[in-house]
Amino acid sequence: MTCTEFISLLDDLIDDSVNDRMRADLLAHLKDCEHCEVTLNTTRKTIEIYRSHEIYDLPPDLRERLHAAIMARCKRGC
Amino acid sequence: MSTIQSIAGENEQHPDVALVERVRGGDVSAYDTLVRKYERQVFRIAQHITQNREDAEDVVQDAFLKAYEKLDQFQGNSKFYTWLVRIAVNESLMRLRKRRTGKMVSIDEDVETEEGSVPRDLADWAPDPEQNYTQSELAEILRKTIQGLPQGFRVVFALRDVEGLSTEETAETLGLSVPAVKSRLLRARLQLRERLSRYFKRKAAPAGNGPAIAPLSGS
Repeated sequence: MTCTEFISLLDDLIDDSVNDRMRADLLAHLKDCEHCEVTLNTTRKTIEIYRSHEIYDLPPDLRERLHAAIMARCKRGC
Repeated sequence: MSTIQSIAGENEQHPDVALVERVRGGDVSAYDTLVRKYERQVFRIAQHITQNREDAEDVVQDAFLKAYEKLDQFQGNSKFYTWLVRIAVNESLMRLRKRRTGKMVSIDEDVETEEGSVPRDLADWAPDPEQNYTQSELAEILRKTIQGLPQGFRVVFALRDVEGLSTEETAETLGLSVPAVKSRLLRARLQLRERLSRYFKRKAAPAGNGPAIAPLSGS
């Protein structure tokens, strides 16, 4: 397997949507390719960081204001 | 046994469906529960698309009001959440269009067609690299980095990886094919990874004093 082939299947490996045979091929490539191992690990970390950190937080006062505005209009029938 | 399970599965109703039915029956307080449940997600998605706080605030209001008005069009064969997200994506794109004085805006914008290539940056990251930054510094890095992605990649990454929609739900929400979502997701992930490497890569150790490399087990 080449690095290009590995990268084209990177998401399937990360999202755990590969069959056993494909997984074995991907892992065999990883064993000998530091480049792809780094790419896999840091891509996983990228996703994890974005999942676990709130970058667009809705502050409680704004949340309450928006919520009140929405519900007031719904109660009036929009 | 399997029959019992499948009957139970068929009768299993998502709690949102019961809330929607109550709203349709005139119980506005049930809609209050739905708004509370999803307002933060809708705000995040609107921010990802519009990249503007005031627009995102307007989108939250407009999306929930539109969903309320159109609630009898909700079929119940998709999740209420994905139906709501579709409305929020459309409202966000409309808001962008207004800001650009009527110019058409689509999620295909800036999406190049060539395939992703093998990443150039080989540098490994420091262990727990986010700990080198304060929470606000990190949030700024993450915002700046994702804002640099083309719109069509950013939205796919936000829905699929941040909001946790499935590939199929992301495709349905954005009106894209599943292969298109998969291709954009891969390129979004690789581009973000490469851009974040600038902040997170392991600092080069002084010559002769590098970090010890642990021996591989069994070698």
